[in-house]
Amino acid sequence: MLAGLCTNVVFGFIRAAILFAAIASAGGHLAGYSRGSMSAYVWLSQGLLGAVELSIQPTDVAERIRTGDIAVDFTRPVDVQGSYLAADLGRAAYTLIPRGLPSVAVGALTVGLVMPSSVLPYVLGLVSVVLGVSVSFFCRYAVNILGFWLVETRGVRTFYIVCATFFAGLFVPVHMFPAWLRVIADATPFPSILQSPIDVLSGRVIGDDAVRVVVIQAGWVVATCLVGRVLTAAGRRKLEVQGG
Amino acid sequence: MADLARVADWSAPYRAVIASRIRAQRSYPVSFGLDLFGSLLVGVTEFAEVWVIFHNVSVLGGLTFHAVLLVFGLSNLAFSAADLVVGHIDTLPTYIRLGTIDAFYLRPQPVLAQLMTSELSLRRLARIAVAVAALVAGLVTNDIEWSAAVVAMLLIAFVGGAVIFAGLFVCAAALQFFLINGAELTNSFTYGGSYASSQPASVFPSPLKALFGYLVPVVFTAYLPTLWLLHLPGPAGLPAWLAWFTPVAAAWVCLAAAQLWRWGSHHYQGGGG
Repeated sequence: MLAGLCTNVVFGFIRAAILFAAIASAGGHLAGYSRGSMSAYVWLSQGLLGAVELSIQPTDVAERIRTGDIAVDFTRPVDVQGSYLAADLGRAAYTLIPRGLPSVAVGALTVGLVMPSSVLPYVLGLVSVVLGVSVSFFCRYAVNILGFWLVETRGVRTFYIVCATFFAGLFVPVHMFPAWLRVIADATPFPSILQSPIDVLSGRVIGDDAVRVVVIQAGWVVATCLVGRVLTAAGRRKLEVQGG
Repeated sequence: MADLARVADWSAPYRAVIASRIRAQRSYPVSFGLDLFGSLLVGVTEFAEVWVIFHNVSVLGGLTFHAVLLVFGLSNLAFSAADLVVGHIDTLPTYIRLGTIDAFYLRPQPVLAQLMTSELSLRRLARIAVAVAALVAGLVTNDIEWSAAVVAMLLIAFVGGAVIFAGLFVCAAALQFFLINGAELTNSFTYGGSYASSQPASVFPSPLKALFGYLVPVVFTAYLPTLWLLHLPGPAGLPAWLAWFTPVAAAWVCLAAAQLWRWGSHHYQGGGG
């Protein structure tokens, strides 16, 4: 965990330096960001990165499908997708404490963040983070479940990780995208994973706008959950496990 | 001729291993195609991140978009070449954890040499292609007075840069003997170094400049050579003429890598069993 934190902080400093230089070059304001709010974006995204997990570990569901262990999951009296979601929410909550909060603290102490002073953005922000983690989980689950049809999922995983990190706004905020790229990003669930929780938490969107962002996130939770359920049901019909 | 024959003789096992790896990777063409495509996409999105910033501003850290093409191309070319040849030693923690590294110690070849020559991931060629495209675009769009010195600088930057990144991979692997599962920590200077090297170093605050300028000297791979090629003055502490000292930076990384590897591989006590 400490190792992850250290790397998180180094990347945070590099990203902050680049984006600060871009803001200075643009004359102090860029795509609605000032130096302080850009700092909040950088350090919140570094802090949330561990929780929302944009990469896919091969040890997830895909590996259990490959080995046939998934059959055991199907015989359990709990919903397969639901049980993996529960485990992932627990994992996310755990990474927030030793890795997320210290990352934000380092940013606050070294470069300073502009954060909202009222309570509401934090409450709504917490909801938004939970929804973001859920969207991320449902997307990763759907990609992993493709293992029912594909022997090797590395190609699909790489494709997912690249698209997810870029469109979630990990290296450059989605708000800095040119209009056409923004349209593409908004057509994917990825901004709901990282950019939306940051926008709500940092107070970039407030009031009705913030509620609208959270509702869009909830919409993606439902959509990605359904895709995962349909794929699971189809895969279960196809599944054939040898041995006994 | 005798020397040449000896080199051919010495490299025969390596060539056999590499040929078998290449055949293996090509025997599943769809999977290999997806891998290549994924690798290409990684390169393209990394470039897109730079491009999005320049969509918003015209100058970053004193460099124009055309100048940044050179930095991006040089840094990515050096990194992906190093990644192709030695990047797979990041599987070392798996060998250590499973205890299978013991088998490497028993064979009559240096452990590091065995690890380095164990694989050649052809999919990484796709990233090299992206880097070459950016570099060529940078060389064409910038006003460069071609001379022997320019060619020499490009060669020094590429070879020196690749050696620097390869050395960093070895340093990271050597630390795994102590950290066991510390890839997350060493990523901060391998992948973090690669990321930092593709950016104009002038934007960094002083501690980062010292870190990536001298301790983990990745600014020598792309930023300094670009400054020299375009006759630009460097920021305080990183003057453009330092680019000629890229071989010194590479030697420093190699020295650190050799020492760390010696400590690491001697520290290893065996997996038992």
